[in-house]
Amino acid sequence: MIWSIAWRNIWRNKTRSLVIITAITLGIFAGVFIIAFLYGWVQQRIDAVIQTEVSHIQLHHPAYLSSQELTDYMVLNDTLQKALAQQTAIQHHTTRLLSSGMIASAETKAGVQLIGVVPETEIAVTNLHTHLVAGTYLEGIKRNPIVIGQQLAKTLNVKLRSKLVITLSEMDGTLTKATFRVAGIYTTANTAYDETKVFVRQQDLRRLLKAPASITHEIAILVHENGVEDAVVQELGTAMPTLDIATWKTLMPEIQMMHENMSVMTAVFVGIILLALGFGIVNTMLMVILERIPEIGMTMAIGMNTRSIFLMILAETLCLAMVGGLVGILLALVLIRFTQYTGIDLSLWAAGLQATGFDTVIYPQITLIEILKVTCLVILTGILAALYPAKKAISLNPSEALRTR
Amino acid sequence: MNVLEIQHLVKEYTDADTPVRAIDGISLTVAAGEFTAIVGPSGSGKTSLLNMIGGLDTPTSGTIHVQQQNITQLTAAQRIDFRRNHIGFVFQSYNLIPVLTAIENVALILQLQGVSKKERQQRAVELLTAVGLQDRIHSRPANLSGGQQQRVAVARALASRPTFVLADEPTANLDSKATENLLQIMQQLNKEEGTTFIFSTHDQRVINKARRIITVEDGKIHTDEQVVPDSATTLAPMV
Ligand SMILES: Nc1ncnc2c1ncn2[C@@H]1O[C@H](COP(=O)(O)OP(=O)(O)O)[C@@H](O)[C@H]1O
Ligand SMILES: [Mg+2]
Repeated sequence: MIWSIAWRNIWRNKTRSLVIITAITLGIFAGVFIIAFLYGWVQQRIDAVIQTEVSHIQLHHPAYLSSQELTDYMVLNDTLQKALAQQTAIQHHTTRLLSSGMIASAETKAGVQLIGVVPETEIAVTNLHTHLVAGTYLEGIKRNPIVIGQQLAKTLNVKLRSKLVITLSEMDGTLTKATFRVAGIYTTANTAYDETKVFVRQQDLRRLLKAPASITHEIAILVHENGVEDAVVQELGTAMPTLDIATWKTLMPEIQMMHENMSVMTAVFVGIILLALGFGIVNTMLMVILERIPEIGMTMAIGMNTRSIFLMILAETLCLAMVGGLVGILLALVLIRFTQYTGIDLSLWAAGLQATGFDTVIYPQITLIEILKVTCLVILTGILAALYPAKKAISLNPSEALRTR
Repeated sequence: MNVLEIQHLVKEYTDADTPVRAIDGISLTVAAGEFTAIVGPSGSGKTSLLNMIGGLDTPTSGTIHVQQQNITQLTAAQRIDFRRNHIGFVFQSYNLIPVLTAIENVALILQLQGVSKKERQQRAVELLTAVGLQDRIHSRPANLSGGQQQRVAVARALASRPTFVLADEPTANLDSKATENLLQIMQQLNKEEGTTFIFSTHDQRVINKARRIITVEDGKIHTDEQVVPDSATTLAPMV
């Protein structure tokens, strides 16, 4: 009966109720959509980092990441091979030789990081080969093919099949030179990456460095699904305690931090929306109470206890909040669904965005957990907003309330 | 048997620092089955008196016993229970919850008493039939005339089987036909169900229907007499 009275009471003053419901709808709609937008944005960056740049897990010699020394390598022995083969959560892995070097075209030169990859396994782990704007992924050129970023190609003023001279030091420190030919040009969302990372065949780099066949600087691992990487790291760590085994979260702490910052940002944003809506609801309910003073006095007179009256006001407030909240969430879901396919193109407003590694087309996404969180917060706001008006209502004196005409 | 015993009742309001003595030493007893009118001009203290009898307000001094229970000593929560179980209220206006139908308004009080759904449905229909509204049980107050609304209020007041019904100027907003009609129903319920009615009025036509008339002036009882009321047969037929 209490809920039925509450629901019908809402529609006594349709205009007033619709105004506050619309406000709640718009606020929640905006809140949920912003969450999905930011979440999609950050998730896209994380996915790109995982799929193009770091993969889920990387193995290094414990000193390599800080020293970047060629001599800080891992040996691809049976223990390592077996440990990797045993992990069923691992989808694919690939080995890399790494070296820094100087790349020179006819006009200019630049410092780069050379990544010696095995194309057959590399394409199963990273998706850089899908980011080619020209040429192939180290194919079609017999001697020393190289894949460089579009940004670097512009700096060096080279195109497909152009010659590039690379200077680097061998394992023992001797400087050496070799000529490479551009086989492919790629572009990612991250210009800084595009400017510094160049890809060559592992065998070519190994020959140049005069490195033994069994050594490698980096092993990149792709697991079957996001989230299991931490467990895999733990198990690999027990099998190979002497190696540095890390997930993308440790390798790119700024990405992990961005994820956390985004959570804080959306929480603050939604908090402000709900606070504003809360005051709106309080105001509406105070008007309701003021209007119904004699009626509330009558219900008290005929013996409705304070608890029931309190619950009735609470129920009415919750009805308002929940109708607005649910419609807002539904509208947001519709827009999220739609923009998930079309994407939101920010390139017009944010030309500099790509330099920071972010896509300019955002595909919003939201999880059920986030929706449930927002729903709970709407209910909580409704309850909190009901407290003061409901307290006002139950503190009315029935005989005085009935004299109010 | 006396259902109501009032002794030396005083009620003072403090209005802008000057005390107003609305009830000034009233003593009074009411027996079961009475049909009593409290009569007096506006401001004489009728509402104050009825509110204290009904446990809506507490006196400044004096005692009120309802069925031997001193209600002036009850806590606020106990007064709510007392009102729910002992008093049937009919006010001048705002009697009904606007969003509930006639039958829901009558059944609500039974629900508060914890009566089962089937039983309260049955009793509500029975009472609405008794006040001649069997055809309007699913109407909301806004779709009923003033007289019909007051009849729903009388049915609601009787639903909980109260010790007595307190009606504060129940006909003040009604035309003469609706007034006669409501009074006839009240008389009938008084006679047939034995319900005790205490109602206030300053309408001569209503006063004429009472069997006991208590006049109050400036918060004091002026006269208190038993009378032979107008015959019920002179009233308009029930609609
Ligand atoms: N809450 C109140 N505060 C101050 N004075 C009041 C209050 N309620 C009633 N009074 C005064 O008490 C007197 C009696 O009022 P009331 O009981 O309403 O009389 P009646 O119902 O006969 O018109 C009046 O003078 C009125 O102004
Ligand atoms: Mg009055």
